[in-house]
Amino acid sequence: MVAVQNISRQTKIGTPADRRARIAGIVLIGLALFVAGVFSAAVTGDATFRLSRPTDVWAVPNLVIPAAPFNYIVAAILAFLGARQFLRGGGKWTTLSLGIGLALAVCAFLVWATAGKAFSLSGMLQATMVRAVPLVLGAITGMMCERVGVVNIAIEGMLLAGAFTGALIGSVLGGVGGLIAAIGIGGLFGLILAALVVTYRMDQIIAGVVINLFVLGLTSYVSSQVFAEHRFLNNAPVFRAFKIPVLGDIPVIGPMFFNQNIFVYGSLVMVVVATYYLFYTRMGLRARSVGEHPRAADTLGINVYRTRYINVTAAGMIAGFGGAWFTLGSVGRFDENMTGGRGFIALAAMLFGRYHPVGALMAALVFGFADSMQQKLALLRTPIPSEFLAMAPYIATIIVVAGVVGRTRTPAAGGKAYIKE
Amino acid sequence: MDVELRGITKRFGPIVANAEIDLDIRAGEVLGLLGENGAGKSTLMNVLCGLYTPDEGNIIIDGKPVTFDGPGAAIAAGIGMVHQHFMLVPVFTVAENAILGIEPTKQVDYLDLAAARQQVNEIGDRYGLQVDPDARIEDLPVGTQQRVEIIKVLVRSADVLILDEPTAVLTPQEVEEFFGIVRSLRDAGKAIVFITHKLDEILEISDRITVLRGGRVTGYGDPKTLTEQRLAEMMVGRPVRFDVDKAPYNPGDLLLEVRDLTVLRANDEIAADHVSLEVRSGEIVGIAGVQGNGQSALIEAITGLHRPVDGTIIFDGQDITNVSVRARHAMGMAHIPEDRQRTGIIGDFTVAENMALNSYYDERYAKGMSIVWPAVATHAADYVADFDVRTPSVHAKASQLSGGNQQKLVVARELSRDTKLLIAAQPTRGLDVGSVEYIHGRVVAARDEGDGVLIMSSELDEILALSDRILVMFKGRIVAEFDASKQPVDRNAVGLAMAGSAPRAAA
Amino acid sequence: MSAKASNDNLTQNLLQRAAPSRAEFEDLVIVPIFAVIVALAVGALVMLATAVDLPTIGRSYIALLQGSVGSLNALSETLTAAAPLVLAGLGLALGFRAGLFNIGAEGQIVIGGLAAVIVGFSFAGLPWFVHLPLALIAGALAGALYASIAGWLRAATGAHEVISTIMLNLISYRILDYVLRQPFIQREGRADPISRSVLDSAELPQLLAWIDPNLRVHAGILVVIAAVVVVHWILFRTKIGFEFRASGKNLDAARYAGMRASFTIVAAMASAGALAGLAGANQVLGVLDRASPGFSAGIGFDAISVALLGRSHPVGVLFAGLLFGALKTGGRQMQVDAGVSVDLIGIIQALIIVFIAAPLLVRAIFPWGFRKPQTEPNE
Repeated sequence: MVAVQNISRQTKIGTPADRRARIAGIVLIGLALFVAGVFSAAVTGDATFRLSRPTDVWAVPNLVIPAAPFNYIVAAILAFLGARQFLRGGGKWTTLSLGIGLALAVCAFLVWATAGKAFSLSGMLQATMVRAVPLVLGAITGMMCERVGVVNIAIEGMLLAGAFTGALIGSVLGGVGGLIAAIGIGGLFGLILAALVVTYRMDQIIAGVVINLFVLGLTSYVSSQVFAEHRFLNNAPVFRAFKIPVLGDIPVIGPMFFNQNIFVYGSLVMVVVATYYLFYTRMGLRARSVGEHPRAADTLGINVYRTRYINVTAAGMIAGFGGAWFTLGSVGRFDENMTGGRGFIALAAMLFGRYHPVGALMAALVFGFADSMQQKLALLRTPIPSEFLAMAPYIATIIVVAGVVGRTRTPAAGGKAYIKE
Repeated sequence: MDVELRGITKRFGPIVANAEIDLDIRAGEVLGLLGENGAGKSTLMNVLCGLYTPDEGNIIIDGKPVTFDGPGAAIAAGIGMVHQHFMLVPVFTVAENAILGIEPTKQVDYLDLAAARQQVNEIGDRYGLQVDPDARIEDLPVGTQQRVEIIKVLVRSADVLILDEPTAVLTPQEVEEFFGIVRSLRDAGKAIVFITHKLDEILEISDRITVLRGGRVTGYGDPKTLTEQRLAEMMVGRPVRFDVDKAPYNPGDLLLEVRDLTVLRANDEIAADHVSLEVRSGEIVGIAGVQGNGQSALIEAITGLHRPVDGTIIFDGQDITNVSVRARHAMGMAHIPEDRQRTGIIGDFTVAENMALNSYYDERYAKGMSIVWPAVATHAADYVADFDVRTPSVHAKASQLSGGNQQKLVVARELSRDTKLLIAAQPTRGLDVGSVEYIHGRVVAARDEGDGVLIMSSELDEILALSDRILVMFKGRIVAEFDASKQPVDRNAVGLAMAGSAPRAAA
Repeated sequence: MSAKASNDNLTQNLLQRAAPSRAEFEDLVIVPIFAVIVALAVGALVMLATAVDLPTIGRSYIALLQGSVGSLNALSETLTAAAPLVLAGLGLALGFRAGLFNIGAEGQIVIGGLAAVIVGFSFAGLPWFVHLPLALIAGALAGALYASIAGWLRAATGAHEVISTIMLNLISYRILDYVLRQPFIQREGRADPISRSVLDSAELPQLLAWIDPNLRVHAGILVVIAAVVVVHWILFRTKIGFEFRASGKNLDAARYAGMRASFTIVAAMASAGALAGLAGANQVLGVLDRASPGFSAGIGFDAISVALLGRSHPVGVLFAGLLFGALKTGGRQMQVDAGVSVDLIGIIQALIIVFIAAPLLVRAIFPWGFRKPQTEPNE
């Protein structure tokens, strides 16, 4: 024995977490300056937010906020949070402060945009939930696939196929028939994806992209070849909203969650079911083991291929249901490429929700909020060009994917074909 | 439960992995299965545990022939395998891993984790294998993970336990403890198959020995009468030398100086904690330690792949702490990476392309913006011939080479130029004896020619055979240093340090 | 024989190249041919399913052939349609080689085309040999910058380029809508979003106007040929190309070999964006003469198929681009002659890619076309 070195010493080291905290601090202070300079300085009047309609059972008075003072306070809070992060931030406070800060900044933005006008907050929240439907269902689809080790880029195509089939079959057989057919077609594309990536070991990303192209081509072809001439084939009944007694009368929350159509209720049920399935059942445990360590699962007699087939097909059915929302849940008519990238926003929601159904719901609500906000704000005639407002959900998606990835734990076997020996 | 394998043959395309193998496994007995890497041990055991279907031959359990259509069938028949690479889901808890595949449930498929915990605790009490059932696998040290693997097999009430290279990840003291567990399982009436390529271990633990070479049984033996030398000849097919020829220890100038180096893992945990070490020219410094104690992070920091958060690295008189990988390479640092498949070579590239992988830009290969491929090919052909890489052509894909030849390709690439310091991480993991001998010879030759060598290995024997000085890492710190230049180092002392027990000054 | 001589002999043997194996031939020739055949057959089935009768199906495939290669005009149209597909396809192929699945060609085309149009109608009075290259470079540069956003996000944060490029595609449409309404860009006297016209000095000249002024094939195909050569050179002859390919095959090994992963990602994305931007410039300077909403016309998505079908090899991309250009122009003829929607081509294209990307599937359908695969041991 020659020497013994290095009794551990306590030294302060600049960890990446510290760096993140400092960056968060700078971002927050920047936000504070922006809120103070743009949203507070040149704004006058009160912002009026309607929380209920006069006809509601329990009407709630409007929320009236003096715009400039409110936004100055927001700026001050932001500055405080930022300074705190910058000076001695770290740990879980970084994410929390950033989240609170962004939420406050959005509030300030809304107040600024509404200053001197009135705006239905409860209406927007209701729209938020509606617009979150395809996102949360798409996110659960992606999650179910990725939890078994299959990356699903084809959510977009599955949604589109569901929307198309819902409209077509719905026009012929009525809403329920259309809904069932949409679920079936989603399952079919799930099955196809599973076959391509599991049995034929196609690259998972390419398989997803190809399914998207195929569905886009097929639905566009049929809608121009058939729907153009036979309009009655593209005229499906729409599922109307129905109020759940008592719960639906609660101000703000009621219209958002309990006075909606079957798609909203279906999504909320799916969140519960998917959570139970993935984390509390035998099947879910096996599914997750296949996504994390397929060889280990195989050595224990769990059929990796069958598990992937079943889960991806079931996930496709969820996407098919979500797709039907576009037609049976809103306009009853199919338009080319009407999903408009929501399948990919759903993927971002899945990441943001950390592969958990409840997280996905929260994330989908955030995106739904961005989506409905850009729509409602267009009515308020803000100085911001409508094109830029329309970019909001996309930019939010990029920010989320950039900010969350790398700090979310993804299932270890994702993206890789399992080759049984 | 007794298991007989009769005439097992398994082919992969033109390659015969197992040829007419007979094997007897008996209750209450430890069968040692000896063979070097690639001898067909794992294939044979994968046949026995239902992962492969044999092309010919029978499996007979207690006199009745059986066929397994999958691992589930083998498990149901009472055969359990502890794989060399653990088959544990890292993000699951001990209990979840233990019951995966045979889960206790209640209504609506509800997972009964309480029952699972109880099962784990019962097995733990009965065989002395206590583990916290709620601990997550990735938070457990490898020794404990191995216990979980055994619990997993026992929860399935296996009567035959196949242990594939189980001691590879353990310290010498842990091996002793592990042998205790194996003996108690044997005494409880289990049949044990102990697979290894380590001669001393097989002699110590086995009741009977079967030796495999090239997919065939080449010998049976009684551990009481066999010697290591005789076993080695049966295993390799020729006499084997255990020692490595080295020139006398004659260290030169200080080449690499690492001061207080601290490196973090991706999750901000400390991987290497204020590590200091020195390497002089003409010496081999070995880093011993159980896998996962920060050795890899230390190597990555020294080679420039991972930025340290604290400390300095001085190479050849220059501070290179924040210098790029390429600049270090240009200064004469050569690196044989830990995992050749993942980081050493690109399987889809040709041998020639791989030979130029980290020096394609230097004057041997490049002119202006472009690479001169004929020059790459001729140089590669020279190095291939020089380093005995067995390949049909330098234009063959690297993935077509055997593991040993892939590693020789990496060694050729790194040593075929003017180097000052060789950093070798697990340079012989998973290789056959011939390749190991060859690579060891090359490493020693580099040292004898005046290179400094820093070698990291979890195989203690490799460290002991090659090193002039030995450093032991435990939990991110260097906890002991041994001088091996004059007399052999006490294996047990190194083992104790690897396990983190405080070394005594007098030792 | 001396030891030296025998060593030289060994070296000579090592330098021999193995003859292209049967497997390579199957992979490069048989699989694509089968893929096209099967895709056309399934396309016929789709038509049957949508109540198109058999004679019409026959007529539509004949129209497809005639419309793509049946006349000088058809050939001219095929080349015109193929040019942007090859350019953008080359960009994507370059990205694929570097391990980046960039599906943002569409957005890069939009932004590149927009920049080219702006340069193209500004700077009146410049001679063509300055103005035209300037407009092309502007397109390439804008595409490169736009693509680098996704590259930078990937390198700096790990954000997957598939999601970010798709979002950038959607954003590019809004940017286009917005920019086209700006007074200094919108054509005078128009209320709809449409840009001013490109000046003659920035137009890609028609090549065969001396035969017939309706032959639209333009000098863009010269740019295409140059791009194929340059991309081939970059990928297979240069240091940066080696870095791209190494990073694409095995990022860890590339990093261990001292290649800068972040630099490679951004450089590969930027090059891909430059080529897609050129494709956009090619469209506005050679065909459309101006920019309007939707002028990218899905070329960026077709280019994904082109790059995949071409196996990410520049020459392969050239042929794949020609095939897809032919399908596109033939599809128009098909719509006119047989009344079958041109969207059918989208289905056929997607199917071709399915079969290309899953050779196992083709083998399963046509077992007699292939030699028996041999399994390798996994030890």
